Amino acid sequence: MSAPASDIRRPRGLLHGRLSKAAARSASALGGSALLCASAVANTSNGYNLPVGVTQMSRDIYDLHMEAFWICVVIAIVVFGAMIYSLVKFRASQGAVPDTTMLHSTKVEIIWTIVPVVILVVMAIPAAELILKMEDMRNSDLSIRVTGYQWKWEYQYMDAGAGIDFFSTLKQDSNFARELHSGVDPNTVPNYLLDVDHPLVVPSGTKVRIILTSGDVIHAWYVPDFALKRSAVPGFINELWFKVDPGKEGIYRGQCAALCGRDHGFMPVVVDVRTPDDFKKWVEEQKAQIKQAAAAPTDAPRSAQALN
Amino acid sequence: MAQDLAHDTHDHDDHDHAPTGIKRWLFSTNHKDIGTMYLVFSLIMFFIGGSMAMVIRAELFKPGLQIVDPERFNQMTTMHALIMIFGAVMPSFVGLANWMVPLQIGAPDMALPRMNNLSFWLLPFAFTILLSTLFMPGGAPAAGWTMYPPLVLQSGDSMPMLIFAVHLMGASSIMGAINIVVTIMNMRAPGMNLLKMPLFCWSWLITAYLLIAVMPVLAGAVTMLLTDHFFGTSFFNPAGGGDPLMFEHVFWFFGHPEVYIMILPAFGIISEILPTFSRKPLFGATSMIYAIASIAFLSFIVWGHHMFVDGMPMAAQLFFMMSTMLIAVPTGVKVFNWTATMWRGSLSFEPPMLFAIAFLFLFSIGGFSGLMLALTPVDFQYNNTYFVVAHFHYVLVPGAIFAVMGAVYYWLPKWTGHMYDMTLAKTHFWLSAIFVNVLFFPQHFLGLAGMPRRIPDYAVQFTDWNMVSSIGGFAFGASQILFVILIVKCVRGGQKATDAVWDGAMPTGLEWTLSSPPPFHSFTVAPEIK
Repeated sequence: MSAPASDIRRPRGLLHGRLSKAAARSASALGGSALLCASAVANTSNGYNLPVGVTQMSRDIYDLHMEAFWICVVIAIVVFGAMIYSLVKFRASQGAVPDTTMLHSTKVEIIWTIVPVVILVVMAIPAAELILKMEDMRNSDLSIRVTGYQWKWEYQYMDAGAGIDFFSTLKQDSNFARELHSGVDPNTVPNYLLDVDHPLVVPSGTKVRIILTSGDVIHAWYVPDFALKRSAVPGFINELWFKVDPGKEGIYRGQCAALCGRDHGFMPVVVDVRTPDDFKKWVEEQKAQIKQAAAAPTDAPRSAQALN
Repeated sequence: MAQDLAHDTHDHDDHDHAPTGIKRWLFSTNHKDIGTMYLVFSLIMFFIGGSMAMVIRAELFKPGLQIVDPERFNQMTTMHALIMIFGAVMPSFVGLANWMVPLQIGAPDMALPRMNNLSFWLLPFAFTILLSTLFMPGGAPAAGWTMYPPLVLQSGDSMPMLIFAVHLMGASSIMGAINIVVTIMNMRAPGMNLLKMPLFCWSWLITAYLLIAVMPVLAGAVTMLLTDHFFGTSFFNPAGGGDPLMFEHVFWFFGHPEVYIMILPAFGIISEILPTFSRKPLFGATSMIYAIASIAFLSFIVWGHHMFVDGMPMAAQLFFMMSTMLIAVPTGVKVFNWTATMWRGSLSFEPPMLFAIAFLFLFSIGGFSGLMLALTPVDFQYNNTYFVVAHFHYVLVPGAIFAVMGAVYYWLPKWTGHMYDMTLAKTHFWLSAIFVNVLFFPQHFLGLAGMPRRIPDYAVQFTDWNMVSSIGGFAFGASQILFVILIVKCVRGGQKATDAVWDGAMPTGLEWTLSSPPPFHSFTVAPEIK
């Protein structure tokens, strides 16, 4: 299943703008694992619109979103324009006389039934094409089983990463600051509520398949920059995939998106996207640590060791 | 305030000795009194649910937890939704139907007056039970108004209370709906055939069928939750071979028609108000009725759009996307016909008309975001974010609730016999219309930027829009106090209203042929419709 590293496209360096520069800079300056706490947040949302994201799918979804938005704007201009014209032009106080002959017109009613249907078809076709693309789970290079728990995520690697298995929970500084009357200003906590102890590490330029389920209640795994959100349902498996563009390595943040109890707001999803080479190194490190841990068993949890 | 209303109606009550005092209300079989009780009840619930919204907006004013812990926050969001949906919006529409359906069709009362009494009096008990959970160990329900298992099965003592309350509300709604169907089908004045019937009655006739169809589905779903929790069944418990997604399917088979239960009567109200103050009959009245009927039909085949992210076969995703988008067609016809009603009319801007116009604009914005949400691939981004919160609040607050307020401003002089304070009403309108947008429009941005709903605390990049939204929320909430002051003032006195109330606009409909206020028993002799 797993593709050899040579098949995977190389990152194209600085051609990818500010974000990849920032990612590349911090990667070279701090080294792979230091990225976890680096401030190089790769978030492509501008604070009031969808993120364009870093996958082909997220860009397609962004385009569809903008297409739908502009169609709505045009309809709004026409319809609101007609309303505003009426409000200004046909005022009783200006002596407007009602035209009570205008009660019904089959012709215009047919027009304003057919035109919306055409617009809807225009919107539905690209949407349907995207659905087909999204549901195509074939030819994935790396599969990761993601399990939601109250209130953390478990990541179990398959394929090249087989054996790597760890939990991902809210970072301690956020977890302290978010207590009622903690006295800590959230603005002073780096990546408040959006940082975890052990992020999911994935390679760029690789089709990663997520096999999603839950160990207790329904959660949802949500990474806006990948345009990815699916419910983790106990007793069910949901499949999803993403492929981050080469050169867009960095840390991408999201959070649980289905009400899952008291700490629903406090189980972030953090994905650390690395180059295939760095990912390979990371996998080897993890495997070496697992081996070491197996040789010298301690009481400490395996996942904590494996990631240090 | 109720006593004053009683006093006024008695002036016109020559033949009948209705009981007075508390008995008048407890044992009432009069559609006008029951309608009044429904409306007062829903106003009280609007303020209780609204105060919970204030807690939510206060907690979300800035990042970090300041006021409530996350569990209490979840109770607030859950209870806010349950109270606003089942306590405020639905009873207010039933109250309007009680008051207006007999007056509009020329009937002396509702067809089943004793059941009418029961269907109202179940509600105070249902909501006392529901609200009592706030003071119980473990607190109120906190799993969302959607009650998704397995989370809801983790609830404590509040869960059986919630389910019993939902059963009572459901029984009340079904009885109210049966009453409206029977009244409309059997008690129309001679000559009033269905196509001559006012649009408000039409919208309620269709809504009543939706209620009868889906409230039992909800009752069944919550009963299965109850047996899963207490009697060892495994309908929805995966550990026992159950299926949590089945609950979502059953719930939304109820839930989507429920959405239209909360908006179709609003369509009816707008179709009454706009023609009056445009001084021109409703454009394409027949196609308006067909549009409501098509929306009602489509509401049964679109429930899957609430569950795209929960995992669904590709064919189902395509089907639910297309069927959902189709709803835009009849809804568009309605908006276009309303616009055409104003076109070449003669418009004046009394308070009911102001609310109706705001409805047209702001409900349309909710419709646009609804259309965007229908697109399955993009829904994976929007789902369960504040974009959804913005969407459904746009259709429910400046949609359904503005329509109810428009209806109150339209018919209040008819009910009380007094004109209300026009300046106060316009002030209430402008404050509401401005701040509802300050409150909900920024939530579109929050959702698109990735803020999930139902979280008590958020990452700092969401701070600015949350602050704006909270300020809008507090101002919108405070503005509603004007509404109460206005109603109390109007019930207690004011300039006498004429029979037609809106003389300059010459409203059409049987209700305007009666005195203001109408006699305690109206249309004891059926009017003839030519």
